[in-house]
Amino acid sequence: MNLTLKIWRQENPEAKGRFEKYEISEISPDSSFLEMMDLLNEQLIKEGKDPVAYDHDCREGICGMCSLYINGRPHGPDSAVTTCQLHMRKFKDGETVTIEPWRAKPFPVLKDLIVDRSALDEIIQVGGYISVNTGGVPDANDIPIAKEKADLAMDAAACIGCGACVAACKNASAMLFVSAKVSQFALLPQGKTEAKDRVKAMVAKMDELGFGNCTNTYACEAECPKEIKVTNIARMNRQFFGAKVSG
Amino acid sequence: MATLDSKIPEGQLAEKWSNFIAHQNLVNPANKRKIEVIVVGTGLAGAAAAASLGEMGFKVKNFCIQDSPRRAHSIAAQGGINAAKNYPNDGDSIYRLFYDTIKGGDYRSREANVYRLAQVSNNIIDQCVAQGVPFAREYGGLLTNRSFGGALVSRTFYARGQTGQQLLLGAYGALSKEIHRGHVKMYNRREMLDLVVVDGRARGIITRNTITGEIERHSAHAVILATGGYGNVFFLSTNAMNSNGSAAWQAYKKGAAFANPCFVQIHPTCIPVHGDFQSKLTLMSESLRNDGRIWVPKKKEDAQKIQRGELKPTDIPEEDRDYYLERRYPAFGNLVPRDVASRAAKERCDAGYGVGNTGLAVYLDFKEAIGRLGRDVIEARYGNLFQMYEKIVDENPYETPMMIYPAIHYTMGGLWVDYELQTTIPGLFAAGEANFSDHGANRLGASALMQGLADGYFVIPYTVQNYLADQITVPFIKTDLPEFDEAEKGAKNKLNKLLSIKGSKTVDHFHKALGHIMWDNVGMARNKEGLEKAIKEIRSLREEFWKDVDVPGGLTGVNVELEKATRVADFLELGELMAIDALHREESSGGHFREEYQTPEGEALRNDKDFMYVAAWEYQGDDKEPLLNKEPLHYEEIEVKTRNYKDAKS
Repeated sequence: MNLTLKIWRQENPEAKGRFEKYEISEISPDSSFLEMMDLLNEQLIKEGKDPVAYDHDCREGICGMCSLYINGRPHGPDSAVTTCQLHMRKFKDGETVTIEPWRAKPFPVLKDLIVDRSALDEIIQVGGYISVNTGGVPDANDIPIAKEKADLAMDAAACIGCGACVAACKNASAMLFVSAKVSQFALLPQGKTEAKDRVKAMVAKMDELGFGNCTNTYACEAECPKEIKVTNIARMNRQFFGAKVSG
Repeated sequence: MATLDSKIPEGQLAEKWSNFIAHQNLVNPANKRKIEVIVVGTGLAGAAAAASLGEMGFKVKNFCIQDSPRRAHSIAAQGGINAAKNYPNDGDSIYRLFYDTIKGGDYRSREANVYRLAQVSNNIIDQCVAQGVPFAREYGGLLTNRSFGGALVSRTFYARGQTGQQLLLGAYGALSKEIHRGHVKMYNRREMLDLVVVDGRARGIITRNTITGEIERHSAHAVILATGGYGNVFFLSTNAMNSNGSAAWQAYKKGAAFANPCFVQIHPTCIPVHGDFQSKLTLMSESLRNDGRIWVPKKKEDAQKIQRGELKPTDIPEEDRDYYLERRYPAFGNLVPRDVASRAAKERCDAGYGVGNTGLAVYLDFKEAIGRLGRDVIEARYGNLFQMYEKIVDENPYETPMMIYPAIHYTMGGLWVDYELQTTIPGLFAAGEANFSDHGANRLGASALMQGLADGYFVIPYTVQNYLADQITVPFIKTDLPEFDEAEKGAKNKLNKLLSIKGSKTVDHFHKALGHIMWDNVGMARNKEGLEKAIKEIRSLREEFWKDVDVPGGLTGVNVELEKATRVADFLELGELMAIDALHREESSGGHFREEYQTPEGEALRNDKDFMYVAAWEYQGDDKEPLLNKEPLHYEEIEVKTRNYKDAKS
């Protein structure tokens, strides 16, 4: 396959970015999108040019490190995959592919396609956990949990924290990300003790960091590589209002 | 010569750990605040250790290479975590988990460490459930289990095909809690360049901020390396792209002994290699072997037709299929340990019965299981794995068998540690895959998660405290000591040297070339001639690297090629040590298969008389042969036997 790539280049957070065009040829349709990017970088290095910086690590769709906004969609044209699992067979020979970083105020561009997503860590840090210390916990089977509830909690817990939901949202809302964590613990008996404080603290932090509000476009659910459902947002809203009303 | 004092506590095997805890030294809460600990890595071992030490009141500095601690490669573990809970009432016990692990490791691991691992395994499950880890459950609301290789019981807890993710997010939650409380300071996007040793004790590290390029100094009273394994020495592996062996390698060059580097695990069920452009290999969880049956055609001509694309697997009638694991190992069948399953796949492919267009693949078939249980059940158990397979290979595994082939997955070798997980450098500890201690020559499935969390939650917090007890009067370590100057200067010199070569070949070129040498000669089957050749080839490749590598850019700012170059420079040394170790170990054990040492049936032939020891290599200088130290292994509670997976007696 031969492709024209339009890639966002930006030296550092302060620099003004721009698109640059690159031609790349003889790409196997069986290679992954990031393997195509590797070949581009190899080509750029040989031409004495600065390779394109982008985040990636596990390359099996679970670490959440890769990002990339490809042809106007987070993680590109395939559904339910991360960029690292996207394969070139999803593109047409001769196509122009536009590659941008996640665009959201709380995710400043660090270089080229790398953004700073530490805002997501900050939200977790204020309460996205059950406050137990190591040791002194009950036997695992002392806490029976209905399979249905456990399965729903697992659905929510599958979030990989990549930030595609934020990048997909016109408001740069992080509601899907935050609600996935809130839901996981709201559904489990272990999470009940701190439920009210958790949802209030996480929502407040999310607002403080500049993430936008949810206006129910469901773009987040459509683009989530792990197919996290917007019903989690409804659950979080119920939790939030409940916590606010009861104090 | 290093002294290898394993510091195994007194008493009966089952009482050693409680004896240690009863007699260890403690640090009072007020003094803990005056003591700093560095933890490098945020995988299961690192995050669990950092969180637990933070909870205890120590001042912890935690480092990770990714943009967030949640992304460490433990996250990619799929199938599950072992524990001796015996919830299924199928005859499991602490002893049996211990026994299976020692036997699975082919009698090359330390008895006391493995027993402790089995003992704390149950605490891990309790801890994770308390954290809200959504393990799979039965309809009655209690936890469920499945089977993994090398065991006759079901002792593996799991969260769909994402067990590593869920356990890591549990540890990440605990870590986040401690960051919020101010007990842990997190340093993201840092690469460790060197270890700082002051007056014989580990006192700090040198790091590079991978965004700004800044070289930094960090000091502490003790340093814990939880930096994972070195599987990426092979270029293609199931490891993440940034996983590397450099932190452990710097420790080795500062005096920490490196144990059993040749013990590498080759996982039998990975998606086969498909092209030169490929950057990594994807694992298909061992849990699939609960329901999938592995086969190749019985007739060579059928295999050849499949290779040429003239026949499909579904065209081969039942009687012409060779379920070779079930044939060779009736008791364990498709659930033999990984080393055995990998070698059996290689044997069939080498004999010409392999499938796929390269002939380097075997089938993993779910047709029988789908017929028995229904597609819904299979989808509920393995849905995400089937989806991943389809995205990569573009074939539907519900309709046609998966193709799989062995790939580099895990390294049992690592920094030598004593019972307290302390290396031969006082104050330097190694946890998780970074150490060598628990898996011997072969790790059983679902035991990496167990060991990472055991080390992080339940061993390190005790043993590090024991070490720190006499450090309470040592003030915070200053980073302007000459040892820090020297380490920083050395790290900078190395980076500048790499940048100044401006040769003609990319870093990946050298990494791929090294990978080929390693896979061909230090991979699934090894022999004297191949290993000697590999050592020569690695040396000349290393020389060429330092003359002809092209690392663009500079020291400041993002420079991914520079990061890769430092790792490959270390792999070019580590790979040689692996080959040296493999050459010296004139026996076959676990993942280390020397062709000269096998039974007439092609099984591994150990030599307990001459090689029942841990080979702990000691650095002697860049151009000098490393020094071999031996820690003899003693088995008091276990009768050492030839591994047998054919019948259920042993």
